[in-house]
Amino acid sequence: MADSTQTQTGEGAAGPDPVSAGADGLAPEAESDLDLAEVAPELLADSLGEYFRAWGRRIRNGESGALPIIVGLIVIVIFFQIEQSQFLTSGNLVNLFVQAATFILFGAAEVWVLILSEIDLSVGYVAAVAAFVMVELVSAPVAVPWWLAIVGGLVVCAAIGGLQGTLITRLGLPSFIVTLGGLLGFEGVMLELANIDKTAVGGVITIPNNNTIYNIVNTNMSPTLGWIALVVVLAIFAAVMVMGAASRRRRGLTAPPLSVTLLKIVLTAIGGFALVFICNRNRGLLTTLEGVPWVVPVVLIIIMIYSFFLGRTRAGRYIYAIGANPEAARRAGINVARIRTLGFIMCSVTAGLAGLVYASRQGSMSTDIDGGNLVLFGVAAAVIGGTSLFGGKGKPLHALLGGVVIAAVFNGLGLMGISTAGQDIATAIVLIVAVTLDSLVRRRATAR
Amino acid sequence: MQSARPSRNDRAGTMRFNGHPMSTEQPPDFASASSTQSSNGALLELHGISKRFGPVRALTSVNLKIPAGRVTALVGDNGAGKSSLIKTVSGLWAPDGGEIAWEGSPVTLHGPRDAEALGITTIYQDLALCDNLDIVQNMFLGHEPLRHRTLDEGTMELKARETLTSLNVTTVRSVRQPVASLSGGQRQSVAVAKAVMSQAKLVIMDEPTAALGVAQTTMVLDLIKTLSKRGVAVLLISHNLNDVFEVADQICTLYLGQMVVCGPASDFDRQSLVEYMTTGRAGRHAEAGAA
Repeated sequence: MADSTQTQTGEGAAGPDPVSAGADGLAPEAESDLDLAEVAPELLADSLGEYFRAWGRRIRNGESGALPIIVGLIVIVIFFQIEQSQFLTSGNLVNLFVQAATFILFGAAEVWVLILSEIDLSVGYVAAVAAFVMVELVSAPVAVPWWLAIVGGLVVCAAIGGLQGTLITRLGLPSFIVTLGGLLGFEGVMLELANIDKTAVGGVITIPNNNTIYNIVNTNMSPTLGWIALVVVLAIFAAVMVMGAASRRRRGLTAPPLSVTLLKIVLTAIGGFALVFICNRNRGLLTTLEGVPWVVPVVLIIIMIYSFFLGRTRAGRYIYAIGANPEAARRAGINVARIRTLGFIMCSVTAGLAGLVYASRQGSMSTDIDGGNLVLFGVAAAVIGGTSLFGGKGKPLHALLGGVVIAAVFNGLGLMGISTAGQDIATAIVLIVAVTLDSLVRRRATAR
Repeated sequence: MQSARPSRNDRAGTMRFNGHPMSTEQPPDFASASSTQSSNGALLELHGISKRFGPVRALTSVNLKIPAGRVTALVGDNGAGKSSLIKTVSGLWAPDGGEIAWEGSPVTLHGPRDAEALGITTIYQDLALCDNLDIVQNMFLGHEPLRHRTLDEGTMELKARETLTSLNVTTVRSVRQPVASLSGGQRQSVAVAKAVMSQAKLVIMDEPTAALGVAQTTMVLDLIKTLSKRGVAVLLISHNLNDVFEVADQICTLYLGQMVVCGPASDFDRQSLVEYMTTGRAGRHAEAGAA
């Protein structure tokens, strides 16, 4: 520390000046390297080259971020494309996105509680309860408007989350046990819901034709609308990024260099164009079938809202703080019990959204839903994406990445004609490999 | 030094106590002594603070006067009651007897929030930092400023940087560094900066140098000196007598729950202090030196 004091005395705590500090003969190279590795690259770099150097340093030191998962996804895609040439057709990819939507939403639900260093095992059957409530509300004899049905289902979920969260935070019960009770109990509630409804034949209720709840997954944006939406979103994203960085630089705050901002915008634009391009190609065999399924923007908007909430609001910040050090949060005057309950409510509400997408994809809601499996896929999606099971670390984006990986594995193995048993085994292997890689990289970070 | 006279009174009183450790009666001269003390403008005064847990006496009629802008060191062997005393002052529990006066007027602390509202901040050994958050986020935890109902990161970052600079904390590379990447001394600095930013008038530091190396210890001691120069009173709890002698203006010694001696740092040397800490009384040499 003493040596870095000497290099930095002029600048004070203000200017991150990694180059002079790193190149400084007084600072032992290894130590300064490790020190820098913990810092986000955009805080250290003044130019694009430096940004990549800082990034590389971070990866070497085990702060890999989303890189392993993206590399893993590319490997999976290449493997399946070699095995089955129709894997990368637009028809199959759109199918994959739709498959991924459920996993992503279950993963996003788990992210809320995993950050808090808790777990929620009940999300699968909470989703089922929500889906039954929604479907029964839009069907005869109730037949309320679709949005009211969705709100109704989500309110039920919020109540469930509030109940479980209160038991966990106020009575100090372990979340594993309380939500294990939820896993069993809400399966029963779901069966009762199906019993009560006379229209449910054999535990199946069909969503009325052309209802919006059915259309979420099963209809598409028009190709033109898809392109317009993409351009608008990209323009807003670019403006926010560039202007945000510029205003931060004006105030003398840490801001990424312009080239890094531009690179991020370009990469996002490439991803967005690829997505819309794939979806807008005609994938129908007999009739024209084209456009982005509505579920894709719905899921992306949910992930964006969650990211905003967790990153930019007090409650979001407190969720991270409690996940890392509840005692510090308590001493900082944060109402720990209330924030933790909020986390469980958001988890259950997200499960409700997952149930909505699940039912929409099926076109009906059935008591056959395997809520136990869905929970595990949710946790797997979050963890494969990079969320820590030990609390304090995680992002809604992780659920997005992890959900796509799981869907890709299922989709690819399905194309190869491998049985459900084989698919389950393969998914398990992917999960273990992802967590092992992550843990190895992290151990390298702590061993240094 | 104005604290010299009353502190000798203290010592006379507590020494007498020492002869009768079972006595719980408050000698009358304490009341008169305390009234003269408050006119001295002490920031915090404790009079006859007692705390017991069943049959165990954690604190017995402890008197302590903390002047503003000075560093008061509280020393004592393990189990002497140091932690019990700071928990009382920081409002974690109410004392069984005695009174606490803040800036001359008596106060009752019902919880840590009360103490904080007065301007008493306690930095515990664990520092209460969140490893996954960066320096700025930790410094503002629980008090984040908002703009358009979202976190005002810009204002937070500027203020945090300003505070750290004013405390001469110059070794952190970026205020956006996660706290997990900081050294022990830097973490201590963040905790102190957090206290300074909350406008603390009294900062209680529990063993701030316990786990630190030489360079880091120097850094923390400099920080304590800076704090007292800014007019903040510091109550330093430490085992390390080197540290105590380097920064303390006033040294108070607890022995088995009793305040056995309290006086200007110049009244003590290592040997006398160790004797007070281990036996509750000083040998001939120290008596002569202190008188």
